Amino acid sequence: MKRIYINSVGSVSAQKTYENSNFLEEVEYYNANVIKVIDPNYKDYIPPAAARRMAKGIKMSTVSSRTALEEAGLENVDAIMVGTGLGCIGDSAKFVGDIIDNNEQFLTPTRFIQSSHNTVSGQIALAIGCKGYNFTYVNASVSFESCLIDAILQLRNDEAKNILVGGVDEIADHHVKSHQLIQHIKQEAVAAKDLLSSNTKGCVSAEGSNFFVLSDKEQASTYAELVAVKTFNTLTKERLETVAEHFLSDQGLSASEIDMVILGNNGDVDFDGYYNILSEGLFSNTSQLYYKHLSGEFDTAASFGFWLGSKILKSQSIPEAVKLNSIAPDSMKTVLLYNQYRGENHTLILLRRC
Amino acid sequence: MSDLKQELKEKIIEQLNLEDVSVAEIGDTDQLFGEGLGLDSIDALELIVMLDKDYGIKLADPKEGRKIFESVDTMATYIEANRA
Repeated sequence: MKRIYINSVGSVSAQKTYENSNFLEEVEYYNANVIKVIDPNYKDYIPPAAARRMAKGIKMSTVSSRTALEEAGLENVDAIMVGTGLGCIGDSAKFVGDIIDNNEQFLTPTRFIQSSHNTVSGQIALAIGCKGYNFTYVNASVSFESCLIDAILQLRNDEAKNILVGGVDEIADHHVKSHQLIQHIKQEAVAAKDLLSSNTKGCVSAEGSNFFVLSDKEQASTYAELVAVKTFNTLTKERLETVAEHFLSDQGLSASEIDMVILGNNGDVDFDGYYNILSEGLFSNTSQLYYKHLSGEFDTAASFGFWLGSKILKSQSIPEAVKLNSIAPDSMKTVLLYNQYRGENHTLILLRRC
Repeated sequence: MSDLKQELKEKIIEQLNLEDVSVAEIGDTDQLFGEGLGLDSIDALELIVMLDKDYGIKLADPKEGRKIFESVDTMATYIEANRA
């Protein structure tokens, strides 16, 4: 079967990841229940005339997608796929607010333009002049992984050679307030290092944008091979280990052959139990890593985990800050990522060193 | 009239997100579109909505906008003459 390569990465996150040469050398440990990204100087990437009309998600993604394209040595791609749970929710909320406040009168065009979820993929295409396939997946917390599946299919079927794939979500006040009310976001600030022992409901909400160039050819910049992706909208704790074993056996692997497992624990007392099933069971003797104490939680946070796995496989190093247990892997060849949000939308991703 | 011009400059900066522009940098007779502030057609729509919402003026003929939005001066003159 044709191999798929992660040839570049670009990230804007709550850590200083926009400088691609950095790999969590300096770590920001937050004490909060909502965290925003560390902004690059957007003026270095976007002309002021264009930036003034861009929502935060578009700005972040302009930077991360451009970083990924530059590292891959590409000016254009055959396809652009963006995953987002909420799109440019900030402007969407303002637009809807204007409708209510002004009795359905005086609606301005800028916020309307930004209100559609596919604005990010459209803006990237306009910026690079990409007239190819342009698709936005809005599938809650499997939005990014849906892009990966589409990209794998297109690359394996020779429909594209280079695809820009990304996940982006932004913080918006109304979303935070409403999700705090229903305890999907923690009521209290939590120190990053205490996230998994917080023992309270909800997550630490955040934002971020992570982009990658996936290609059918390996090159000097290649990070890793993307071997397989699988998503499950519903999955019980009882079936999780069996499903993970089947996922691995489909690739001719067993759990003992996985060097590292990257888990999406977000400190929600009601749902981290899913991760414990794997960390205390199938992968209890495997090196375990986590990242949402650094990135926070958002619908496409798994793209930060994907970034982390890619970086580890290329650099052959594991930052201290992401170690969940003290088991050191014998080698760094095979990485399994597992993520879910509130017991739904489970995803397994397998990466392999090239 | 000078108060209105000051108000218009502040509104233009705020409504159009001209983050790098200050009120002092917009001259009364500076062109708003093209070589001046460099506003575009989407900005024109934003200004039409602003006239309606803040001054009760509806532009019946969009072609009028060319002259009305030429500068802060022309906008202020039009608003003074037509506001509700």
